[in-house]
Amino acid sequence: MIEIKNLHKSYPMGKESLHVLKGLNLKIEEGEFVSIMGSSGSGKSTLLNIVGLLDVHDEGEYILDGELIENLNEKKAAVLRNKFLGFVFQSFNLINYKTALENVSMPLYYAGVGRKERQKIAMEYLEKVELGAWANHLPSELSGGQKQRVAIARALVTKPKVVLADEPTGALDSTTTDSVMDLLKDINNEGMTVFVITHEEEVAEQTKRIVRLKDGVIISDEKVNQKVKA
Amino acid sequence: MFDLDRWREIFQSINKNKLRTLLSGFTIAFAILLFTILFGIGNGLQNTFKREFAGDSMLSIYIWANKTTKPYKGLQSGRQIQLENSDIDFILDKFDNNVNTISPRIQQQVQAVYKGEQNNYTLRAVYPSYQQLESAEVESGRFLTMLDLQQRKKVVAIGRLVEKDLFGQLSGLGKDINLGGISYKVIGTFSDPGGSNDERYIYAPFTTIQRLYGNTDKIGDVGLTYNPNLNVDQAIAFGNKLKNALKDKHDVSPRDQSAIGLYNYAEGNKQVSMMMLVLNVIILFIGIGTLIAGIIGISNIMVYIVRERTKELGIRKALGATPGSIISMILMESILITAIAGYVGLLIGTGVLKLIGESLEKYFITNPSVNTGVVIGATITLIIAGTIAGYLPAKRAARIKPIDALNDN
Repeated sequence: MIEIKNLHKSYPMGKESLHVLKGLNLKIEEGEFVSIMGSSGSGKSTLLNIVGLLDVHDEGEYILDGELIENLNEKKAAVLRNKFLGFVFQSFNLINYKTALENVSMPLYYAGVGRKERQKIAMEYLEKVELGAWANHLPSELSGGQKQRVAIARALVTKPKVVLADEPTGALDSTTTDSVMDLLKDINNEGMTVFVITHEEEVAEQTKRIVRLKDGVIISDEKVNQKVKA
Repeated sequence: MFDLDRWREIFQSINKNKLRTLLSGFTIAFAILLFTILFGIGNGLQNTFKREFAGDSMLSIYIWANKTTKPYKGLQSGRQIQLENSDIDFILDKFDNNVNTISPRIQQQVQAVYKGEQNNYTLRAVYPSYQQLESAEVESGRFLTMLDLQQRKKVVAIGRLVEKDLFGQLSGLGKDINLGGISYKVIGTFSDPGGSNDERYIYAPFTTIQRLYGNTDKIGDVGLTYNPNLNVDQAIAFGNKLKNALKDKHDVSPRDQSAIGLYNYAEGNKQVSMMMLVLNVIILFIGIGTLIAGIIGISNIMVYIVRERTKELGIRKALGATPGSIISMILMESILITAIAGYVGLLIGTGVLKLIGESLEKYFITNPSVNTGVVIGATITLIIAGTIAGYLPAKRAARIKPIDALNDN
């Protein structure tokens, strides 16, 4: 599903340039539940941005669902994001003047789905995250955990190939963290590829594969024996 | 192409951000409002000018004669030049193409008596065509006719105020009044847009007076209107040519400035039109200034709006919005607001002009109003300016990497 070969990325910092990713190789198959671990500055967010087509790499190859990503213009990237990727952000990134339902249906709007159909599908997904009753509430009327569940519903609504989650639990307390992680696990169990970025060991342990990044290189890549939580 | 979904998005964005919408709408509406009022007042000033100078025909020339101040062709200076009937024929003969109407004039003060009432007026002996020179309008009866002249009738047309003085509330039409001992029948009364002075004249047939007082060919002065097809410069040139021709006819030195007097309204016209031009330029500058202020206002607001929405735009991009859809969303929103606000400003502006229009007349402003086309043009200018002003930041926002926009706080 995702294949990365010798990926490099640097950011200009004044006259110098900061070399963030130093030749990463990573292959993620369909249906995997992968977490990228690393302290801040390890390059994990940069990796997610590149995988999420929110940023471009300097060197190396990135193949998404069999398609080599290169010379992407903005328009094509937008279409690919809409079609293949669903995003979950640490700060939720809901549009504050739109209701939960409208937020969830937004990717469908950009996919060109009709209004009635949009609302129907969005409602299905809201119910899936158990927020059907909150469909007409604004984000400001929802708790952090609810917001993140709306964001997850929004990420899923276009039936993407991969869900990318950037510190999805970073802004949540432990109880809501668990409920969000359970939701991600459910999604994965249904066959969705889920790609989580985190610096929390507890979160990483709930995934099926942990890739550890340090200073722009992968230092370990191991499968996790799923423990059933007591 | 009408995309209902897109308009829904736009209306929602406008609706949910009322302060922002109000702010930008207010700027536009205010600019158009000021523009409308200033333009209207400028037009009102122009209307006043036009009316004030409507007293006499704007296309006229008056000619009179004085003593010579320079010796010429063996004749001494100080010689009195006398205009005569032959001068009328001479002018018509030489300048037939340029002369529209012409009338000689003899003026004198007379005492007018009707029953117990009496007063002093200026009696003018003229041709019927003199009516056009004064722009006099017949109120009752008629003005002089050629038949009156041919038969040397003792008839007069009197000004509205003369009638009021002598006859009070009664009509003077058909009554006989005594002018300097001779009885004349009143055949008509007239009013004059030039005002009260011009309504205290008494007009009698030229031939009658010329016969009665002196029985000569002498003329006091000559008034004529020139061909309306002449432009101002041509009319001034015609006046100069006419003066020189008359100097030549009366053996006056070409360098003698006072023996033949000539007043050409065209010269006054030129000044008035210069003044109108200056007024127009001032109005134009004020109008453009107001528009520029409006343009700067809307530009600032557009920059602010895009700045404020950067994060939202980043979210939309992450969810699959193309740069084109971002730009068109912002632009359509700004165009919609500008158009509606511009229209509101126009309505308020014309309403205000209508309301205060009447009361401004004492401030030299008549019927202030604006050409709707001009205001719509101004609104379109603002829409275009708003579009350009919105386009640049919108394009930048659409270009910004979604990740940078998402990190924007």
